Amino acid sequence: MSYSEKVIDHYENPRNVGALDKDDEDVGTGMVGAPACGDVMKLQIKVGKDGVIKDAKFKTYGCGSAIASSSLVTEWVKGKTIDEALAIKNTQIAEELALPPVKIHCSILAEDAIKAAVADYRKKKGE
Amino acid sequence: MKLPIYLDYSATTPVDPRVAEKMIPWLSEHFGNPASRSHPYGWEAEKAVEEARERVAALVNADAKEIVWTSGATESNNLALKGAAHFYAASKGRHILTVATEHKAVLDTVKELERQGFEATYLMPQQNGLITVEQFQAALRPDTVIASVMAVNNEIGVIQPIAELGELCRANGTLFHVDAAQAAGKMPLDLARLNVDLMSFSAHKAYGPKGIGALYVRRKPRVRLEPQMHGGGHERGLRSGTLPTHQIVGMGEAFRLAREEMGSEIERIRALRDKLLKGISDIEEVYVNGDMEQRVAHNLNVSFNFVEGESLIMAIKDIAVSSGSACTSASLEPSYVLRALGRSDELAHSSIRFTLGRFTTEEEIDYTIDLLHAKIAKLRDLSPLWEMYKEGIDLSTVQWAAH
Repeated sequence: MSYSEKVIDHYENPRNVGALDKDDEDVGTGMVGAPACGDVMKLQIKVGKDGVIKDAKFKTYGCGSAIASSSLVTEWVKGKTIDEALAIKNTQIAEELALPPVKIHCSILAEDAIKAAVADYRKKKGE
Repeated sequence: MKLPIYLDYSATTPVDPRVAEKMIPWLSEHFGNPASRSHPYGWEAEKAVEEARERVAALVNADAKEIVWTSGATESNNLALKGAAHFYAASKGRHILTVATEHKAVLDTVKELERQGFEATYLMPQQNGLITVEQFQAALRPDTVIASVMAVNNEIGVIQPIAELGELCRANGTLFHVDAAQAAGKMPLDLARLNVDLMSFSAHKAYGPKGIGALYVRRKPRVRLEPQMHGGGHERGLRSGTLPTHQIVGMGEAFRLAREEMGSEIERIRALRDKLLKGISDIEEVYVNGDMEQRVAHNLNVSFNFVEGESLIMAIKDIAVSSGSACTSASLEPSYVLRALGRSDELAHSSIRFTLGRFTTEEEIDYTIDLLHAKIAKLRDLSPLWEMYKEGIDLSTVQWAAH
């Protein structure tokens, strides 16, 4: 399988790998996918008082495209408001990374991870 | 040291330079058709073909008259199974016995015979990849016309108990076919002692050229086959088609070298394979697939838990290996062999087959051990599953949001 240069760059130098304190009430954690399907993404966001995402971390079990998609969204969500982050579409991720058709599901999973992280954050805040 | 390091000798082997040298004169210089009876061009080609036949037979202690040239093990398997099933169906029956972990060249041929009205039983191996003599015996029926069990599995390298299975077949009046593509030159095979009626060989798995193979067809007691390729009546009518002299000479020389060098070569390769296993055994959550005792010396198949197969292959691109994961398409298809062993999808996906060979060096194995340590650690740092495992979470209890 041949990957785009951007996928290889994110795969070899993944951005924002790691974990935030999942018990911190300003942190939202989203975990999507399943091991049997070959991908699990964990995305965490830390939201400031102003509603802007200050930090984002990820860990991904999956192929190079899954790792690159999650690495890319951690870069994209930082500095965005929650609503702006929710507006990120999988098609933008797929386009940015030039994902082949068989890897589109990786970008869908990354979009789902943002939604799951935001949902967790909002639940904590009682929204 | 040349990168990527080739550790995929069960996929194919390089032609040994000594073999290539023997082949070349039979291309342009001695180009005659071995079937030409009326001039020296044909005579010398025929002599070369017959010498090669003796060499192939000698490796497995058979008679040269029992060797039929084919294009490779896939064709040998097709000729053996279809040829015998069709010839003996009326007298013996229409049941075929085989194993779920056979090569696709056997499984798909049996499936085709099922479409033609035969009935098949696919034995499931134990967790170590081996079938038991008892389960095989229990599955044999009075109408079992042929049984097919590979000597050595191509993915996990385990050696099936073909001597015992052959005795059961003989007693049952069932023909016994053995796919020995991965076994010839890698372990002793003695057809004078084994109750095997048909055995498939490939040249390119044993430092010979691609595109040539052979089928052993026992003469005492005589085994008959319906030909699958019709034409000029070559190979006593069993397989028509002009014989490729240079390919045949190559296979003969490769098998001659295997016979001479196998003893010392196996021990050298086994030491390197064991070094590789020892070198990675300090990595946590590594699982060997297949029995380590009943196994050829050059195969190591391991699963690295909590890393995904495709990213693993990307990470270790400096070594050329095979993966149990065939996820080049949207549908993930983990190795059917590892699934038959009862491995989870995740472990099947993260499996790597290392197969060593004649030109593998200790330096290459040392490099591979270091590379695996570094890359597995990197991928696990990235893996949420590894993080959960380290937190003591039992992943089988997690409710996954499947997509």
